[in-house]
Amino acid sequence: MTAQTRSRTDRAELWRLSRGSLVIGVALMALLALTLVFAYVPMGAWNAPVSYAIAAAKALLVAAFFMKLKSSPALLTLAALAGLFWLATLFALSLTDYPFRQAGERITAPVPSRIGTESPL
Amino acid sequence: MSNDAALKEPFESLDRQRLSAALGMWIFLASEVLFFGGMFLGMTIYRQIHPDAIMEAARETNVLFGSINTALLLISSVTMVLADKAAEKGLKSAVLAFLAATAALGLCFLVLKGFEYREDIHEHLVPGPDFKLHTPAAQLFFGFYWIMTGVHAVHLTIAIVAVSTYFVRIWRGGFPFEGSAALPVLGLYWHLVDIIWIFLYPLLYLGGRT
Amino acid sequence: MTDAAAIRSAEAKEPPSYLKAGRTVASWLTTTDHKRIALLYFGSITFFFFIGGAAATLIRLELISPEGRFFTNDGYNRLFTLHGVIMVWFFLVPSIPTTFGNFLLPLMVGAKDVAFPRLNLMSWYLNMAGGLLVLACLILGGVDTGWTFYTPFSSMFSNGYVVLAAAAVFVAGFSTIATGVNFIVTVHVLRAPGMTWFRLPLFVWTQYATAAVIVLATPVLAISLLLLMAERLFGLPIFDPAHGGDPVLFQHLFWFYSHPAVYIMVLPAFGVISEIVTCFSRRRIFGYTAMIWAILGIAVIGFFVWGHHMFVAGMSPFAALVFSFLSFVVAVPSAIKVFNWTFTLYRGQIYFEAPMIYALGFIGLFTTGGLSGLFTASLPIDVHVTDSYFVVAHFHYIMVGGSVSAFFGALHFWWPKITGRLAPDRWARFSAILMYFGFNFTFFPQFVMGYLGMNRRYHHYAPEFQIYHVTSSAGAAILAAAYLLPMGYLTWSLFYGRKAGDNPWGATGLEWQTTSPPPRENFVEQPRVDEGPYLYHPDQVAPFEEAPERRQQHDPQGKSDPTRAGMEE
Repeated sequence: MTAQTRSRTDRAELWRLSRGSLVIGVALMALLALTLVFAYVPMGAWNAPVSYAIAAAKALLVAAFFMKLKSSPALLTLAALAGLFWLATLFALSLTDYPFRQAGERITAPVPSRIGTESPL
Repeated sequence: MSNDAALKEPFESLDRQRLSAALGMWIFLASEVLFFGGMFLGMTIYRQIHPDAIMEAARETNVLFGSINTALLLISSVTMVLADKAAEKGLKSAVLAFLAATAALGLCFLVLKGFEYREDIHEHLVPGPDFKLHTPAAQLFFGFYWIMTGVHAVHLTIAIVAVSTYFVRIWRGGFPFEGSAALPVLGLYWHLVDIIWIFLYPLLYLGGRT
Repeated sequence: MTDAAAIRSAEAKEPPSYLKAGRTVASWLTTTDHKRIALLYFGSITFFFFIGGAAATLIRLELISPEGRFFTNDGYNRLFTLHGVIMVWFFLVPSIPTTFGNFLLPLMVGAKDVAFPRLNLMSWYLNMAGGLLVLACLILGGVDTGWTFYTPFSSMFSNGYVVLAAAAVFVAGFSTIATGVNFIVTVHVLRAPGMTWFRLPLFVWTQYATAAVIVLATPVLAISLLLLMAERLFGLPIFDPAHGGDPVLFQHLFWFYSHPAVYIMVLPAFGVISEIVTCFSRRRIFGYTAMIWAILGIAVIGFFVWGHHMFVAGMSPFAALVFSFLSFVVAVPSAIKVFNWTFTLYRGQIYFEAPMIYALGFIGLFTTGGLSGLFTASLPIDVHVTDSYFVVAHFHYIMVGGSVSAFFGALHFWWPKITGRLAPDRWARFSAILMYFGFNFTFFPQFVMGYLGMNRRYHHYAPEFQIYHVTSSAGAAILAAAYLLPMGYLTWSLFYGRKAGDNPWGATGLEWQTTSPPPRENFVEQPRVDEGPYLYHPDQVAPFEEAPERRQQHDPQGKSDPTRAGMEE
């Protein structure tokens, strides 16, 4: 095999390998454009959920294909899910607190003039 | 088992060693998720308590810098994957090219971030007595903005240094990159840094734009 | 259990022990051998145990009289903060995992080393870096916030070296995460052929569960301390009420780590006790599978209960109800474990060797601590005893009565394996008994005075509490003696102790199949496993009544062995 044909087969092989990843990359950029556009569309309370849903979709693409969770042993997915489960625990149990605070213990928005003089509680 | 040079104690097969490295990194990434999760929790709670002030502050970040940087990191993730795939096939020059591209994209991100920081400081977006906005709770947003982007930048810097180190080692030759678990594991870390930014982007740049 | 014949036949060409594999200081400081790293850790945690212990001694000395004779208010604050920070993060959290876990985990699963030996060494250096920071903080003048670093005092008002102490804990946290990652991967990937998950000794299971808790909880501590440092150093308003921030958010993040941290301290102790109780009652563990589910249950549910530290912090009543309920739930798996140890003793052949005395002491003290935990989990009682000595007594029963007793039990149980020498038996039993009584003298009065209204963290107190404080301080002196004695006789045994042999206690488990001390590679030949753990007697047969002749020989002191008769010390 001459050096030239070798480098040509290498290039062909590389292209074959990278096609899938490039498609995912294009999808990620499309999602980025989409989330940027949606951020300026007035949807009231729905703006935040939409932008986080798109972020989750992007993260899922990266985790499944770039981080190869799709083709890895289930053990690795388990480690990833453990992280997410405990994150959910942190959020869920912290949120048993804040929305249910009693009147006297609710955090209030301080007025500008009171900064530095006294605490709002 | 293409390359026995990559095999280290206490392992007896390369497959087990690669599985261990990937598992170890995934466990560490789970740990990282909780590390950043604590800050996301803080922002979630403050946003719920002071919705107007937080949205008012979120409008002040520079969405142009943020979006370009997101794009840079997404592209760098693609080049990182390609470096890993080329390494599996033993294509040394391609590995080097993709690693260089990855590190360069990461550096571009940091440089842009630096310009963005300069602009933020110029616009009095650092919490303190002469903060730009008069709503006190707006400073909470920027407290988290500086810490979260700062900690992310530290992570990215570590990743760039690691990528550059492996670039040099592979370039010099002698590093068994085909069988080594180093590149796939480094890739995992790089992608996590990317994923963190994917969530920081809507949190810090897209709120309150309507 | 293993192919013992193969090991014995290989004894002729026995490799040198890990202790003799290199004699220079550099060979220790650059070692990647898990057994040597365990000893490095052993040195460092012993050092910090005595620093923290010295602080405790000064605290008890100060509390003998109600008017606070020796220290200023500020000095006393710095003293108990230092005691807490050092004992929690530089002794209790790393204690059993980094010493016995490091030493035994690869041996017990039949591996040559942990999965990432260099990461293991780095973990020790990180721990040392954290240790240096905390020592620097101590020398410069210390911190006055209490080990909990509550904001806004720590972030805005304290004039101690808060950032230095927080940085020390932050760095030490990374070191435990490294150990945790190492343990999880080792158990998943490096088990010997035939060592299935349900043949693992319970000590390995507890190390695995502990590692999982470490990996998932420690990052949240790291971020809470990082936010605290950012607020203090750069004035970023994170928990600042003047900007609408919430100091209770810091407590949520802090306790998301620091409650599971209690299980980081006590789960490894459970593992130690399971090994010791089975060995010295010559009995299979009662309910092996139930024990495993209890270990995993504690590791998971332990994350759901952190709010019970915050019942009076201004949390919502709904959150208080949820956390109170979940705190009762976590007592169930702990109770399962205590009952199973007790059932293991039932119809066993109980030998009161020193490790067993420590283990039995553990069961009693842990039960007391656990039951008082139910008091503090219950909302109305907790409101009454919050920030009182009742709470102090409760967590010392778990962390000192539990974890430290187990640590000393483990020390005596595996000392022959680690050093190749037996500890002097009478001294060991004496100090085990002394520790049990010293401990109760120290901490039981604190339950009583706490319930009667004695606040923690005060060195001036009402004179009617003096009798309890004096009793407690007297007990502390006994306890100190019980901690110092082993230092003496264990060091003595290094030089003059009787040679131990491979398996002095007649215990099961792969670590007893290799030599004492083990060679660098742990096993001459890769061990194979074809049976479950703790086979101290045939299946379905209790040892005592049916078949006394079939139980494994237990003759640690060599009294019945004529070849050893002349070797008495």
